[in-house]
Amino acid sequence: MLTFTLRRLLLAIPTLLFISLIIFLILDLAPSDPTASLPLTIPPEVRAEIRASLGLDEPMVVRFALWLQQFFINEPLNLLEQWTGLSFGDGDRTRVISWQTRSPVVDIIAQRMPQTLWVVGTSYVVGILIAVPIGVISAYRQYSWFDQIGTFVSMLGFSVPTFFTGVLFIVIFSVQLGWFPSVYDTTHVVTDWASFVVQLKQIIMPVMVLGLYNASQISRFMRASMLDNLNQDYVRTARAKGMTERVVVLIHVLRNSMIPVVTVIALGVPQVFGGAIITEQVFKVNGLGQLLIVAIQSGDIPTVQTLTFIFAVLIVLFNLIADVLYGVLDPRIRYD
Amino acid sequence: MLDGAKPSVLDVKDLKTVFKTRRGEVHAVNNVSFHLEAGELLGVVGESGSGKSVTMMSLIGLLPSPPAEVRNGQVNFGGMDLLRADEDQLRAIRGARIGFVFQDPMTSLNPVFNVGFQLMEPLRKHMGLSKSKARKRAVELLELVGIPDAQRRLKDFPHQFSGGMRQRVMIAIALACDPEVLIADEPTTALDVTIQAQILELVAELRKKLGMAIVWITHDLGVIAGIADRVLVMYGGQVVEQGPVRELFANPKHPYTRALLETVPHVRGARAERLKVIQGQPPMLSGQPTACPFRDRCPEAMPRCAQENPWRISVGHSHDVACFWDPDTGEARDV
Repeated sequence: MLTFTLRRLLLAIPTLLFISLIIFLILDLAPSDPTASLPLTIPPEVRAEIRASLGLDEPMVVRFALWLQQFFINEPLNLLEQWTGLSFGDGDRTRVISWQTRSPVVDIIAQRMPQTLWVVGTSYVVGILIAVPIGVISAYRQYSWFDQIGTFVSMLGFSVPTFFTGVLFIVIFSVQLGWFPSVYDTTHVVTDWASFVVQLKQIIMPVMVLGLYNASQISRFMRASMLDNLNQDYVRTARAKGMTERVVVLIHVLRNSMIPVVTVIALGVPQVFGGAIITEQVFKVNGLGQLLIVAIQSGDIPTVQTLTFIFAVLIVLFNLIADVLYGVLDPRIRYD
Repeated sequence: MLDGAKPSVLDVKDLKTVFKTRRGEVHAVNNVSFHLEAGELLGVVGESGSGKSVTMMSLIGLLPSPPAEVRNGQVNFGGMDLLRADEDQLRAIRGARIGFVFQDPMTSLNPVFNVGFQLMEPLRKHMGLSKSKARKRAVELLELVGIPDAQRRLKDFPHQFSGGMRQRVMIAIALACDPEVLIADEPTTALDVTIQAQILELVAELRKKLGMAIVWITHDLGVIAGIADRVLVMYGGQVVEQGPVRELFANPKHPYTRALLETVPHVRGARAERLKVIQGQPPMLSGQPTACPFRDRCPEAMPRCAQENPWRISVGHSHDVACFWDPDTGEARDV
């Protein structure tokens, strides 16, 4: 397993380099101009100077190499310095700078990350916690009322887009009933019980909207996987041994059914970091998803590039984690 | 009981099991009666779909319900009617007093738990053994069924065993709590012939050692001839003939049994130009049978066979047959 993991990690390096090249090329070849959103009164010479000051007059190869150096060497060293307090070299390193705000992209991401992880991460966890029992019961009582209703709600949750459910929730729970605020205030700090209740109230709607979506998806996987296993011969063996239904379903069948589901859950984690772009927009959560949207709209290529690449790293990483988990959960899988 | 030299451990009367499907009911088991004497090996033969397995699964509530429904009957086991016992009582019997071995050892063990866990489960549940005692007993059981290096192999997963070894593990699980009855549902069908012979030998030996009664379901008459004391022949969800193994093989009374014996290829003697087959298809079991299920394929069928379903008629010591035709006279029985 260790050799397998190390080999996969090594293989990830060329993969990620290639991905970074693709991302760079796509963004670079796209007809986007960082000065486009500036006032029209600015003369063309000045615009050219602005572009030159952003480094856009350099050849493509140089810019790509510079970005690689900034992202793979300078930024990690900076992070290391911050965490350990040590200093490497003279500390004079160029960083990936956002064209929009003129501050380092990595710092902005570090600011935005907690909001996204809180809101989207919680909704993912809630989604899983709801989905697993629903999937198990739906499969065990296939075609029962519970299963029929579960199927209906999952289909609904999966097919209705979050921008619709989000707005619907706002109309019902904020406008009509006035229970929850429609905007997620990221500056809110939890200090005592009262502020905790406020936090709970503001997080509940985005979590429900995203949680419904996640739960729909995962519960279907869970149900299908349980159904596959409930008809297996080993289930009959467990019953023939006199095991209770609880043991049969929750130990023998569930353990087998979780193997593909855990893989699906692990593969979905990068999307948590990616932030549910639309849901963050609807509830005004200024997380990573929202950062990406705004950066795209204003042609802030360094930000878009860095964010996209971080997502790519997470996807590669969680693919590896899913494979390793698969090997851990299923004794039949051996990677060595 | 028609004859009672030994006490029976299992006594089944008029068992009827029905499957409810979208296209109506399937009467899989129809008024099946049989008994199992202590320590004997009862062979149950019949072709696929004759109700052999369903009968045995019905006894102990192992059929999924729905679609299955045990509609009628009585199953006496240890002074209790299993068909009227509740699920808790049945669970206390399954795996403890009645052990099961299934057909396919490749899929009958749970792939994600090691063999030790699966073997210790019934020990801990039914015998209340502590973990260390259960482990000790598990090692003994694996040694009993002839698995070398038992101590170490407890930690192995099913996929690390060969087919024959897995079936040995299944037998060890079935025998874990010293059952009075072992029900083996085609346990050697999925194995190749040499492994099959080893398993048969093992079962014969274990039977001598432990003295449990065995129900051995198979469609292989050769296997039955080798190990059974008594044979139950099933067709279309009914028992069509029952008798001691020698008697039944030497003197088969039911046209189906006779046909079945003729289909067995012989190693010695003239080489048959073609393997013999029983013409026709097994019956669809929709609806309560009102006629002999074998009549469409029967060479001796007579008008009465379409009007009445023959009951089991005693034709000798512990030998009975459900047929109106008498092979000894070549004419209809006077019943």
